[in-house]
Amino acid sequence: MNAYESALPDGRDGFGQLLRAEWTKFRTVRGWVIGAGLCGVLLVLFGLLVAAGTHTSVKDSASGAEHTPSQNEIPPVPRGPGGEAVTDNFYFVHQSLAGNGTVTARVTSLTAVGLGQVGMGGDGNGAADSSSEDGLQPWTKAGLIVKANTTQGSAYAAAMVTGGHGVRMQYNYTGDIAGPAGAVSSSSPRWLRLTRTGDTVTGYSSTDGNTWTTLGTVRLAGLPSTVQVGLFVASPGAQQFDEHFGGTGSSGYPTLATAVFDNVGSSTVDSGWQGRTVGDAQGPAEMTGYTQSGGTFTLKGSGDIAPSVDGAGQGIERTLIGAFAALTVVAVFGVLFITSEYRRGLIRTTFTASPRRGRVLAAKSVVVGAVTFVAGLVGAAIAVPLTSWLLRHNGNRTWPAPWPTDLRIIAGTAALLAVAAVLAVGIGAILRRSAGAVTAVVVLMVLPYILSVSAVLPAAPAEWMLRLTPAAAFAVQQSVQAYAQVNQRYTPPFGFYPLAPWAGFAVLCAWAALALGVAMYRLNRRDA
Amino acid sequence: MSAATVATPRGRADRLGPAARAGRLGPAVRAEWTKLRTVAGPAWLLLTAAALTVGLSALAAGAVRCPDVGCGIDATKTALTGFQLGQAVIAVLAVLVVAGEYSTGMMRTTLTAMPGRATMLAAKAAVLAVPVLTVGAVGALGSVLFGRLLLPGRGFTPAHGYRPLSLVDGMTLRAAGGSVLYLALIAMLSLGLAVLIRDSAVAIGVVLGLLYLFPILTTLVTSPSWKRHVQQISPSGAGLAIQNTTNLNNPPLGPWAGLGVLTLWAAGALLLGWLVLRLRDA
Repeated sequence: MNAYESALPDGRDGFGQLLRAEWTKFRTVRGWVIGAGLCGVLLVLFGLLVAAGTHTSVKDSASGAEHTPSQNEIPPVPRGPGGEAVTDNFYFVHQSLAGNGTVTARVTSLTAVGLGQVGMGGDGNGAADSSSEDGLQPWTKAGLIVKANTTQGSAYAAAMVTGGHGVRMQYNYTGDIAGPAGAVSSSSPRWLRLTRTGDTVTGYSSTDGNTWTTLGTVRLAGLPSTVQVGLFVASPGAQQFDEHFGGTGSSGYPTLATAVFDNVGSSTVDSGWQGRTVGDAQGPAEMTGYTQSGGTFTLKGSGDIAPSVDGAGQGIERTLIGAFAALTVVAVFGVLFITSEYRRGLIRTTFTASPRRGRVLAAKSVVVGAVTFVAGLVGAAIAVPLTSWLLRHNGNRTWPAPWPTDLRIIAGTAALLAVAAVLAVGIGAILRRSAGAVTAVVVLMVLPYILSVSAVLPAAPAEWMLRLTPAAAFAVQQSVQAYAQVNQRYTPPFGFYPLAPWAGFAVLCAWAALALGVAMYRLNRRDA
Repeated sequence: MSAATVATPRGRADRLGPAARAGRLGPAVRAEWTKLRTVAGPAWLLLTAAALTVGLSALAAGAVRCPDVGCGIDATKTALTGFQLGQAVIAVLAVLVVAGEYSTGMMRTTLTAMPGRATMLAAKAAVLAVPVLTVGAVGALGSVLFGRLLLPGRGFTPAHGYRPLSLVDGMTLRAAGGSVLYLALIAMLSLGLAVLIRDSAVAIGVVLGLLYLFPILTTLVTSPSWKRHVQQISPSGAGLAIQNTTNLNNPPLGPWAGLGVLTLWAAGALLLGWLVLRLRDA
């Protein structure tokens, strides 16, 4: 008698079949489909809830009553050539330069005073409390600038002396090249020179006007043939930042800088010099301006020419804050995708059909990850416009970011949820218990964020938490970079993560890979 | 065949009299205690909860710094930070006490033996409360001890306006004792939700969402009235107000009022759970 042999062809157990099997399991269980849908829905709803609770009101100068400003009452945030939000307020003494040319000047003095609360509140009389205390900020700056035009956010290159960082060459808001160190004074003046050739600008500095050091050469894409060149002065506000249990605060006052130039020389003397304020004047307008006597120019100005970091946490990431709510759902269905097979005994059928257990886990991860990515992407695509609209409707400024950053944050949020789902599958396979596994995922990802961002922990341990735990991945949501040339507290409560966006994301990936690795090892060692 | 001829099984419940069938609390508590005691999981979870609570508290106390007079840091609250983590483990335990029975089918046996739904739920709550209170006490004592040892070295000195933490101090005692009660109330909230939801993964997801999403919302909303209201209704935010020892003049909620909000949450969850138990088949 022959042994029974099935007439059916041998079953195939390629990875493709396995993926199809897992996809069938996912799509035919109503709870998981609902879970994936809920992930997208919560991403939108939680974001809307946060936006609904975020109001900015302005005080009416006539009646003193507070109201929510309409769209056109909110000044738009200027954007630099790269699309990033910038600060572009300064005093400019300029003339037109058609074609190539050179401008040279000697800076003999740079000082500044603090202005108290002048001009910041509603009472316009600005009792100029020019407190005699030194208001010079490390990034108070004065020097030469070549700028495409006088509108905020236009391309520029500048050679400057600063309050505390020596001579610098800065360009297009984000670029910053260090030159010779040392403060400027009448006994040690600084010569500066800018040479424009086509769309490149070269900066030089000198201590005596004879030997020149090159600061750097920068290319300003799309610089028009006629540009504005001249002298400028700007001084950022004196800001102090503090973190306390559960929050942050900042206080400060504007400053007004005075810079003295002489030996001003331009290769194209045409219509003479014109003075004007670029952007909104900070402090009372009558205090800024310039005087010229002989060859000496004295400029008074306030503000800054720099990338704006005030939008940290207020940009597109604010519309995707629902990721936390979505994450809780993702943790639940990621874990259930494996643990429910253990509970129902289906895992034995699965492993009989596909004895190579590592591949089963891989197939599950791929299916759960892909479904979550799509749900996250759809949720984000709805959340971003809807939440931005509600934020603007409530009178809030929305901070722009370059489009690659927007794209990174949207795709990164979906990818974060997807990898978190894979982490959940891995931890679920290790623990085989739903409750413990869900808790592990949520606690690993959400608690470090709460403890560090709401300033429960001080900055140093908070930063370590956001380097080591999977919560590091929320760095992909950071829309504003940290810049050394802007005075700000670059810590988690102020919206800055210690790791670069994709580096933080890689930390989560490493956790997911580790969990899957341990899970595969244990799957092969233990009975199902 | 008439009903009279059907033999009534004569068992222990019969000898105890009708009271046992109607659901006396004593035997129910004993049964639940046996179930909790004879499985390894709960003991490990309780140990983990105590260790994580003390561990995170010690970490926070060792990391915080008070550089100057008027640094405005609530030393007691910082020393009790660990409850933010310990509560998650306690929630797991509370969810498993119920959802674990649903997943194995044990719940049907339980309800056959104790048909009184209210009795069963009360017994589970009572049996859960005792070890959770114990763990809470260990966590609070450990946290205060580490706070007492570590905080003076981090600038929390009399010169900066801080006395060493001591349970003799009324406010510290209230914060530490209240944290113990807080943990027990979190267990009750989780228990009620688990009865309502039955599936352990979904139930723990909902509990953790309640515990951790509200604090995130509090940090993110900016309108003062929204911020205050979110803090007032948040189970963890309001409940942990019991740990506040500074800025008591103008908080969103007083310490005991805050714990009262959490009590309402827990009572509501248990009540809903009991209703669902009565109305639905197991």
